Amino acid sequence: MGLKEKLHGIKEDFKGKKMAPAFNALHTFLYTPNETTHNGSHIRAVDDLKRTMNTVIMALVPVLIWGIFNAGYQHYAAVDAANGVIREASLFGNFFTWDNFTMGAITVLPLVIVSYAVGLAVEFVFAVIKGHEVEEGYLVTGMLVPLIVPVDIPLWMLAVAVIFGVVIGKEVFGGTGMNILNPALTIRAFLFFAYPTWMSGDKVWVHGAKEAVGTPDAISGETILGSYAQNSSVVYDFTDKFFGFIPGSVGETSTFLILLGGLFLMFTKIASWRIILSAIVGAAAMGLIFNGVVDAGWITESSKFYGLMSTPYWEHLIIGGIAFGIVYMATDPVSGAQTNTGKYWYGFLIGFISIMIRVFNPAYPEGVFLAILLMNVFAPTIDHYVVQANVKKRMKRLKLKTA
Amino acid sequence: MSKDIKIKKGLDIKLVGEAEKTLAEAPKSRTYVIKPSDFHLVTPKMLFKEGASLKAGEPLFFAKKDESIKFVSPVSGTLTEIKRGAKRVITHLVIEADGKDTTVEFPTLDVATANAEAIKARMLESGLWPFIKQRPYDIIASTKTTPDAIFISGHNSAPLAPDYNFSLKGKEAYIQAAITALSKLTSGKIYLGVAKAADSVFANISEVEMHTVSGPHPSGNVGTQINKIAPINKGETVWTIAPENLAIIGELFLTGKFNPERVISVAGSGVKAPKYYRTKIGAEVSTFAYSAGVEGDNVRMISGNVLTGAQVAADGHLGYYHNEFTVIPEGDDYELFGWNKPVFNKISSSRALTFSWLFPNKKYDLDTNTNGEHRAFVVTGNYEEVFPLDIYPLQLLKACMVQDLDAMEALGMYEVAPEDFALTEFVCVSKQPHQAIIRKGLDLMHAEIG
Repeated sequence: MGLKEKLHGIKEDFKGKKMAPAFNALHTFLYTPNETTHNGSHIRAVDDLKRTMNTVIMALVPVLIWGIFNAGYQHYAAVDAANGVIREASLFGNFFTWDNFTMGAITVLPLVIVSYAVGLAVEFVFAVIKGHEVEEGYLVTGMLVPLIVPVDIPLWMLAVAVIFGVVIGKEVFGGTGMNILNPALTIRAFLFFAYPTWMSGDKVWVHGAKEAVGTPDAISGETILGSYAQNSSVVYDFTDKFFGFIPGSVGETSTFLILLGGLFLMFTKIASWRIILSAIVGAAAMGLIFNGVVDAGWITESSKFYGLMSTPYWEHLIIGGIAFGIVYMATDPVSGAQTNTGKYWYGFLIGFISIMIRVFNPAYPEGVFLAILLMNVFAPTIDHYVVQANVKKRMKRLKLKTA
Repeated sequence: MSKDIKIKKGLDIKLVGEAEKTLAEAPKSRTYVIKPSDFHLVTPKMLFKEGASLKAGEPLFFAKKDESIKFVSPVSGTLTEIKRGAKRVITHLVIEADGKDTTVEFPTLDVATANAEAIKARMLESGLWPFIKQRPYDIIASTKTTPDAIFISGHNSAPLAPDYNFSLKGKEAYIQAAITALSKLTSGKIYLGVAKAADSVFANISEVEMHTVSGPHPSGNVGTQINKIAPINKGETVWTIAPENLAIIGELFLTGKFNPERVISVAGSGVKAPKYYRTKIGAEVSTFAYSAGVEGDNVRMISGNVLTGAQVAADGHLGYYHNEFTVIPEGDDYELFGWNKPVFNKISSSRALTFSWLFPNKKYDLDTNTNGEHRAFVVTGNYEEVFPLDIYPLQLLKACMVQDLDAMEALGMYEVAPEDFALTEFVCVSKQPHQAIIRKGLDLMHAEIG
């Protein structure tokens, strides 16, 4: 008797019992189920939700690997800098090294494990209580969460945030597909507002920076956005920023890999190109407006907004979390706009508002997660107007006929 | 107004086992079955008891709500059994054929001079009325309303669909007679959508507004054509009639006899020698299935096409409205890592390690596996790619699920039939039963608004 038959036997034993969803969730990871169609369409396309979610995870893996190396690299670079040695980043010289990997792995992998273990546990409990199948939404959320938090976040904090995000952000609305806000961003927002000292400032972005405060080995862990917001000069050049040799949340640093991931997601039709494209346009538009304001001389160097306002519009796209947010989080189909026309507006406003928040909120210059959450709330409104246009057209047709 | 309708959104599902254009006579069926469930929302009132002998074309039962709508026996023989299901609902009427083919005969009708009342009366008494469907609600047409238009699709774009230019060859005169007759029953026009073809059986049909349709499925769905030509507004009614039924209607006018003949395509990857068969409405599917040959035992037999047909057992019968019989393999097996491995042998609307986009002309051997479990709606934008109607499919489905009558009406529920949602159901990542959702929504509207 092979594995397939054995598992089939267990599935039949579980049928109708409380724990069935839990077993099925594990079973369907190994085998796609033996379910067949009934009346209606007798054949079905091959895509299911697991494949959809898996595609997003595949697009996230390079970013995660980069994040692991970069966590180690930033740690050692900061230690060197504290000792007065300035590092020149080189991909194979001092980036893809075993030391960086081990140091990165021991800081980043626990985040991944805690995120998945806690989040999936909540999902399983809810599935068993409510008697529905375990839905795949958390597969992506669980991967996104470790990538959008600072490396040194305490694990208990992450666990609390994940429980909050999954229960309040998703399960109370009815689970995957029913939520209003993106669960990963709900988790991020919870962390930001519950533990603000941990989530902002300049000491959480590089592993070891917090502990070293006040000691002679104190290291700087400031992100580029932080530097700009304080109108101080930035030590990183374009290659550093584009390829991601910079401090920041685990997954957000390498715009290059995010771009590749985004192209892959658009090509596979998993992420909406409408949202990604219009969000980039929106961000560039806001950036250009600010650049224009600076060029016109309305804002001078004495202004506290000068640093970020004078940042060239294209540079806004490669620093901070905006690229990551646009590609992986704005494209969440559940919390985003659902109509094709709506997606253009939704994406554009995310890009536009991201940069606006970034410039006008120097205390926490990361606007993209707030912008996406805000637009999550307004997505149904956008859709409403798009759908109403269709409804009005139908009404008009009726009036023409009767007139 | 342009006479051409070009559809861009849609999906041609190319399957293995297309019917070869040779016509075979199906062996005589021993029994014939009429299933009242084929006539949606009709409650049958029987005219005969078990054991009665019938002529072909003799009314078997009438609709409880409208006694003038009669349903007739396709053959002469004995009504051997009235099968009932839960709550004593009649599920099957089994007629054992006597092989004599004695038929009820009506006087012929000159459709060119006959008036609307005469035509309507003849259609009702001879059992032709159930062939007329109406929208809204996709049910048998009400006898009390005059349709604002009549739509006929002379193009069948469904997977493995029979080619009308082959299956209806020689019936042009009947079709024309039916159209002439029907044109007197509507206050508007008769619209006929046809595909571009050299030997079209519809080439010389007159008294219609002809539109050439092209593009992927669902370009041949009558719902798509209605939406593109003259969408239905609130308060309007249109009739839709399938061309094979026009032939039966016309034949009765011209010869006086009800001839339930169907030239069906027997197709699908489960059929050894797919080809066309001449048979009758309600015949045993085994008569042609095993004549064409069926591969293996674990197959799904479908009366109708793979997108909208009804599952039938090996001892089942051809449905009242079907002109196709399809056999595909059952997919009741597990597939190791089926959710993440690259897939070359199944159709996908995405490119998520699925490679059907590389081979647009490849023919696939699909089975009935759902390829995943039922989920809540998550993915957006993929229905729109295969849904050419000017309607928001996801929003309409959700309105149906929450039974929001106002939203359903506003979003275009009057214009659709379940078959319009067959392709969105096919591509649905969440494996939701779209056609069933729409059917339930239409039934709710019919009950509440009527």
